[in-house]
Amino acid sequence: MTDWFEVILLTFDATLRVSAPLVLAALAGLFSERAGVVDIGLEGKMLAGAFMAAAVASLTGSAWLGLVAAIGVSILLALLHGFACITHRGNQVVSGVAINILASGLTMVIGLYLFNQGGQTPSLINDARFLSIELPGVELLSGIPYLGTIYKELISGHNALVYVAFAMVPVTYWVIYKTRFGLRLRAVGENPNAVDTAGISVSRQRYLAVICCGVLCGVAGAYISTAHNAQFVRDMTAGQGFIALAALIFGKWRPVSVMMACLLFGFLDALAVRLQGVVLPVIGEVPVQLIEALPYILTVILLAGFIGRAVAPKASGIPYVKER
Amino acid sequence: MKRFIPVVAVAGLMLSNAMAADISPAVVYDKAGKNDKSFNEAVYHGITKFTKDTGIKVREVEPTNEAQVGQGLSKLAKRKSSPIVGVGFSMASAVEKAATEYPETKFTIIDMVVGLPNVQSIVFAEHEGSFLVGALAAMKSTTAKVGFVGGMDIPLIRKFSCGYEQGAKYQNKDIEVMSNMIGSTGAAFNNPSKGGELAKSQFEKGADVVFSAAGGSGAGVYQAAKDLGKYAIGVDSNQNHLQPGTMLTSMVKRVGEAAYVSFSEAKEGTWKSEIKVMDLKAGGVDWALDDNNRDLVTPDMEKRMGELKALIISGHIKVHDYMSDKKCEY
Repeated sequence: MTDWFEVILLTFDATLRVSAPLVLAALAGLFSERAGVVDIGLEGKMLAGAFMAAAVASLTGSAWLGLVAAIGVSILLALLHGFACITHRGNQVVSGVAINILASGLTMVIGLYLFNQGGQTPSLINDARFLSIELPGVELLSGIPYLGTIYKELISGHNALVYVAFAMVPVTYWVIYKTRFGLRLRAVGENPNAVDTAGISVSRQRYLAVICCGVLCGVAGAYISTAHNAQFVRDMTAGQGFIALAALIFGKWRPVSVMMACLLFGFLDALAVRLQGVVLPVIGEVPVQLIEALPYILTVILLAGFIGRAVAPKASGIPYVKER
Repeated sequence: MKRFIPVVAVAGLMLSNAMAADISPAVVYDKAGKNDKSFNEAVYHGITKFTKDTGIKVREVEPTNEAQVGQGLSKLAKRKSSPIVGVGFSMASAVEKAATEYPETKFTIIDMVVGLPNVQSIVFAEHEGSFLVGALAAMKSTTAKVGFVGGMDIPLIRKFSCGYEQGAKYQNKDIEVMSNMIGSTGAAFNNPSKGGELAKSQFEKGADVVFSAAGGSGAGVYQAAKDLGKYAIGVDSNQNHLQPGTMLTSMVKRVGEAAYVSFSEAKEGTWKSEIKVMDLKAGGVDWALDDNNRDLVTPDMEKRMGELKALIISGHIKVHDYMSDKKCEY
């Protein structure tokens, strides 16, 4: 097997690992924003989810219970966001930022109280984590050149949540475009007055949307702390919620495009890891700072020139006021 | 609002009681927090020991952002704490400012030099400790490839990297040393995901021992090593217990002892404004061997490490310090 082939493959493999939480968070944002609720709080919900997943997994020894707890806490925060900006028509951006700050502080305080390790959870044993799954047929296909390796390295050998993340893309597509629920969800994001006229409750629809958002953020958080890593560390989401938000705009609020945007960010990240210290022809050794800035530079270039106008759902960010 | 006033008064009373001690030492941790299992935690252990030995309470401040560092320092100085230990290179400018503002207060800074008459600077010879663990990594490696994952890309972390490389090359001149940095901001010390990814990429390229000098991000590196059945080397505190069987050793930096000594000196009145260099000879840096990694280090390796240590202490091996000329040429 040629060397470069394997290097490329391993880079793509890392891309999937890095993109998975972005895909989940971006799809979460998609549900919320398509229903007209702007969600800056993706980061906070992920962080709270990450903490709950690691804390519950380390106390009970079960990664699945951790996942359930992560989803639970994330839904609670989503409902809080909903309560502030759907029921009370508060500013959605302010509420989102508040949730981020709340999550950052609360995870530390509760973590300190529970484990007394400076807000970290203890390292999880393997039973309390999502481990990589070997898909069936690896042996069978291993004889075939290239294809066998692709299957073994790229497709197989990820943890369950990576598969969940990418499976959520067609599921989201189907829910948003092919179901009655999806039609109503899009409608409250575009023209809530029409929905209201049809006798459907705008608030109820928006609440359902933020709950969907909460579920996906919870899974993303659990992925970060119990699948990709094996413990919770303070502020460990490291801005991924905001990258997901960028991917959402990048992908123009459409599931498949959003996934592509997440994969692009993930790929640049994986590439950056591998480019470090490598001496390239002409340029020489690339400085860390340049590599780090690369995703952002590319975003600006792509947004400016190639993607075209990103039009948000018309009613996004506007609280619905029923006319009397 | 009225019923809050007594509470404030009681709090004030408690504060004035605490000030009654001989000296009123304090410490300001850096952003990674006192339980980072690494650098700050070592200081925390040092001051816990000090409190146990002397009965003198130490005030602690754990800032969560840059602005709070300066506020914490001047608040402590205002409340007549002295000496105040600032933990970490990132605190240099804040310590300098506070020390100028409060010339009567004694400050001690770890990992950086601040040239003021009321500041004691404690620096470590990380390059010597890193040299040792680099040599051990080279002895353990079967692929003749070893890796380094640094936190923030700053001269101090390059110093670790450079020492490690020299040690590995001294032991095996054909060895390949890969070196990566997590990022260029302070957040790089708290990003285990990225640390893990960097370590994985080095393991994929054939490395089988990775040394991490990345604070809280190290956890990701050690986990990656454990998942892939490779070895990792810890930093600052003795981190051998974090993943027994995976942790080959730790490059120990006795920052806790440094804080302890600084407080003791202040208590005995021998505290001086000076630059203290804690090198291998002074016991400031070392490699860790305990029950958790005993099985990974053969008697031959242990013997060789003893030889190398003696050679560095006697001056026969001169380990180049990256900070001296910002270059890693030796």
